[in-house]
Amino acid sequence: MKTPLSWLKDFVDLEGIDLEQLAHTLTVAGLEVEEIHYIGLPMPAGLQQTKVSGLSWDPDKLVVAEIREVGPHPNADRLVLCRLFDGQQEHTVLTGAPNLFEYRGQGELKPPLKVAYAKEGAEIYDGHQEGMHKTVLKRTKIRGVDSYSMVCSEKELGISEEHEGILFLPADTKAGTPLADVLGDAVLTIAITPNIARDANIYGVAREIAALTGRALKPMPTEVQATGPKIDGAVKLDIKDSELNPRFVLGLIRNVEIKPSPAWVQQRLRLAGMRPINNIVDATNYAMLELGEPLHAFDYDVLVQRAGGKPPTIITRPAKPGETLTTLDDVERKLDDFTVLVCDTAGSLSIGGIMGGLESEVTEATRNVLLEGASWNFINVRKTLVAQRMSSEAAYRFSRGVHPAMAPRGVSRGLELMRQWAGGVVDAGLVDEYPRPAAVVEVEISPADAQRWLGVALTNEQMTSILASLGFEVASKGDGLSVTVPDHRLDIETGVVGKADLMEEIARIYGYDNIPATRIGDPLPPQHGNPELELEERVKDALARMGIQEVMTYRLTTPEEEARRLPPGTAPDDKPYVKLANVISQERTVLRKSLLASVLEIAERNARLRQRIALFEIGPVFHASEETLPDELSRLVVVLGGQQQPAGWQAADSAAYDFYAAKGVLAELLAGLGLHDLKYEPGTHPSFHPGKCARVLAGERQLAVFGELHPQVQGQYDLGAHTLQAITLNLEVLSELAPERFDSRPVPQYPPVIEDLALVVDESLPAGQVEAMIAQTGGNLLAGVSLFDVFRGDKIGAGKKSLAYQLTYQHPERTLTDDEVAKLRERIVRRVTQELGAKLRA
Amino acid sequence: MENLQTIREQALAALNAVQDEASLEQWKVAQLGRNAALTQAMKSLGQLSAEERPLAGKQANEVKLALEAAFEEKRAALEGARLRASLSSEKLDVTLPGRPLPLGRLHPITQTLRRINAIFAQMGFQVYRSRDVETDEYNFLLLNFPPNHPAREMQDSFYVEGGDPENPTLLRTHTSAGQIHAMREYAAKDPGNPPPIRIVLPGMCYRFEQVSSRSEVQFTQVEGLAVGENITFGDLKGTLTDFAQRFFNANVRTRFRASHFPFTEPSAEMDVECFVCSGAGCSVCKHSGWLEILGSGMVHPNVLRNGGYDPDTYSGFAFGMGPERLTMLRYRIEDIRYFWRNDMRFLEQF
Repeated sequence: MKTPLSWLKDFVDLEGIDLEQLAHTLTVAGLEVEEIHYIGLPMPAGLQQTKVSGLSWDPDKLVVAEIREVGPHPNADRLVLCRLFDGQQEHTVLTGAPNLFEYRGQGELKPPLKVAYAKEGAEIYDGHQEGMHKTVLKRTKIRGVDSYSMVCSEKELGISEEHEGILFLPADTKAGTPLADVLGDAVLTIAITPNIARDANIYGVAREIAALTGRALKPMPTEVQATGPKIDGAVKLDIKDSELNPRFVLGLIRNVEIKPSPAWVQQRLRLAGMRPINNIVDATNYAMLELGEPLHAFDYDVLVQRAGGKPPTIITRPAKPGETLTTLDDVERKLDDFTVLVCDTAGSLSIGGIMGGLESEVTEATRNVLLEGASWNFINVRKTLVAQRMSSEAAYRFSRGVHPAMAPRGVSRGLELMRQWAGGVVDAGLVDEYPRPAAVVEVEISPADAQRWLGVALTNEQMTSILASLGFEVASKGDGLSVTVPDHRLDIETGVVGKADLMEEIARIYGYDNIPATRIGDPLPPQHGNPELELEERVKDALARMGIQEVMTYRLTTPEEEARRLPPGTAPDDKPYVKLANVISQERTVLRKSLLASVLEIAERNARLRQRIALFEIGPVFHASEETLPDELSRLVVVLGGQQQPAGWQAADSAAYDFYAAKGVLAELLAGLGLHDLKYEPGTHPSFHPGKCARVLAGERQLAVFGELHPQVQGQYDLGAHTLQAITLNLEVLSELAPERFDSRPVPQYPPVIEDLALVVDESLPAGQVEAMIAQTGGNLLAGVSLFDVFRGDKIGAGKKSLAYQLTYQHPERTLTDDEVAKLRERIVRRVTQELGAKLRA
Repeated sequence: MENLQTIREQALAALNAVQDEASLEQWKVAQLGRNAALTQAMKSLGQLSAEERPLAGKQANEVKLALEAAFEEKRAALEGARLRASLSSEKLDVTLPGRPLPLGRLHPITQTLRRINAIFAQMGFQVYRSRDVETDEYNFLLLNFPPNHPAREMQDSFYVEGGDPENPTLLRTHTSAGQIHAMREYAAKDPGNPPPIRIVLPGMCYRFEQVSSRSEVQFTQVEGLAVGENITFGDLKGTLTDFAQRFFNANVRTRFRASHFPFTEPSAEMDVECFVCSGAGCSVCKHSGWLEILGSGMVHPNVLRNGGYDPDTYSGFAFGMGPERLTMLRYRIEDIRYFWRNDMRFLEQF
């Protein structure tokens, strides 16, 4: 909300308060000042706690001056020359302002015209450039006449974007006075959070300032000089649904003269972000900005005419099925059954609390004005705004809640402003229907509450003083206080919630800074870990130690994007997607089903720039389920490709990641987590090469699938020369399998016997089977079996391969004899020879 | 016995002239070998009288030891010289790059999450995680956001197709959704006397927002919750200040500003003094000297009640912070989109 400083000063004395400090005080109390816009006042230098904008007027260079005579320009019809006195001396100033032309050739002006005068070197806004751009006034020649100063428009001063003519100042301002002393102002832009809706007006902000600075708040301006006849009988009211429209107030002013508002009113409205229209409409807006009660002005005579010449009856009711209304913005609106209309006997006039209708609007011809101030159910206003896609300053306030008590105050204020600005006579009294009075809210609090919530010892007197400064009525009750909520706010509830509401008010005004920071004294809760997270962290650390980079990707994607992880034509799986009902981007329409697709996208993004791809991610995939909420399943994906070692300038190991490299990563990871006795067997998965895919089983449970990416999948990503290997692992299964602990083995004290064993077997025989049999036959004395060479060639014969193992024999308690080792070896060889058809390689 | 002195002087003079290890070996043969003058002299000791023999023998032995010591000294000197010569010829260009090793790194957000979790863990806060996809009830209603409430405007949600129109399914807009799950889970352990809670809730959240350098459709958040019979706003200030001083630096000042969140009351934003300029004003803090870090507040009585904790007995505080923002401030990252784009040129910096 835009809050002009000058307007605040109507209600609270700000003399001696630094503006930056004021903004900071408001901000820490919950009225966040987003920006201070300076209009002439001096701007702070250096540290700016609050964002600032605008222009300062140099007190020496921008002053009040008087134009004593306006004469013609010798060479230009559309320019005039002014004889101007700046308080010290006379100058000849050239201007093209059309609002000076009428004074041309009149000789000495009596009285002179008071204007804003900018001297050479003054910083102003460029009036001739589109938008607001600062410039410094320089000496120049215009059409042969020396020019070094100017009389300013509102735009040049930064008051508004108005540049049609120069700004005239009141006649009693004195030439030579610094302009900032006369016109200087600043506008605070305050963010209004839902809990301070009551402050979406000047008086509300002034009340907060008064409470925060300890200054007096002037009374709310609700006086009206009503010298006309009693309003009774001039209009009737009929509220059909008091829940949606708890109160409706009408006042009447007769014989107004529609014209522009006084200049200062127009300026305040502009500073507050509203456009001046005419004195009647401006009065409704001014009163709304000042007190927070939106008003609506009807042309009373139009209503009388619609009522057939009789006093009109104003009816409020929900819209009927199919009903429409053309609003002020010239849109014909189809209304819902919850839209509340303000009507008369001839039909609808406006949407209650949101926008007026075209027909009963105030026009140039209006003489008598019926002024509405009402109270509306704010939730219903919100629903209507969403349904109608509308917004207005009135709706902004009503949709956040305005207390019904504000309705007569707003109407009175509006009538008085109309009387002052448009003449006319106000009818005595108001027509006021209030079928559903707001409850009076009372809350009891005590110093114990402040201690419990805030951790600070406050006396009843301190709390009373704070609450009273915000308008609460406070009475002593028992050990504490009985607090009555003032009738301008709706945000305080009863009971324990009310206590919390009041604690917030007390804390804000007492000052958060003044509440001491303490450490929690409450008992420490029972401590327990988070095993799933801890496992994830171990997996992440293990993979990072293997040189693999963690990524975090979007969990929102599209089915088309994810389809790339499968060869074209693969039948879709039967797991449905979790689809978004409201899509913000066509690239994010569903929650992902595949973590592999997410990581492959990242591999693709980096492939062209990298000789080595080694990425992993842990995260959820989402499957829609029969239940309300989808399944969220935790997965690990590792993607590897390119060189295993980064290339340097030396000849290095430049082996590429292949199937076995991926298997090595997975095996190391699982071994590091204490998982043994896993079975690796050929696997099938559409994303993988059918001959280069394996799955890992723990008993019957599938833990992981890995392998080389299917060439057709590979082809669907732009991967450069890389052939990718991938691992997908189910973290839920992993967390069930990973042991919490394991038994370590002693380090043998006796030397092992190490020897090699090369076996020739059929090509089709899986190496795993050979190794398993060696290990099993070797028993406890065979401490290690490790394959170190696979050889194929003529020497061995077609369809055969040689597997060379290093065997480590070890007895835990003594040195094995050559004889014992020979026997063991013989037993191993005999068994693989007999059962697997192996031959000892010569 | 003058002979022995002569032998010694001549031998030492000869050793002085030796310049390399081969000559040294020749000298050793010549002066200490079988045919050396000294050896001959020692052999001839037997011809001396019994009176002369001990003294002569002693002198001969002294000469032998002296020559051997001189030999050893010379040998060490020559070896040292040879090593120096050899080392000076083996000089490397130490400015050539080292052999690159692949260092696997954790994503910067994981690193930040771990820092946050670790600091709070030391204060007794344990990690509680909950789901990404939530109901309106848990994400809003039970957190004191009534339907059509103005506060809902601050959080635009992604809704999921299907689901109950009365209680729509949505992607959580904040990890606060987990607060109710956690409170109910704790309260269920002893409904008559629910245990105190101290947890942090990290997780991915989603908002219906256009992606820009400042905002993303998904973002991580860490929520914190402390509930007990004696937890105050002062404790909130103290705990979060302790956190800030651990996360940024030990001397950083904090500032609490009144704010509004439907699920806390009173509510506060915490700012920390800008750690780049120490509060003097710079481009990072937009010349204010302060950085906005997190939102917090005392748990609203309605939320406590919805979680199974009687607000007349229990109180608590909650807070929420954005690891992306903290990471961006810490490393002066200009664009939030870097995090999920995962360009290696970005990730490898952390």
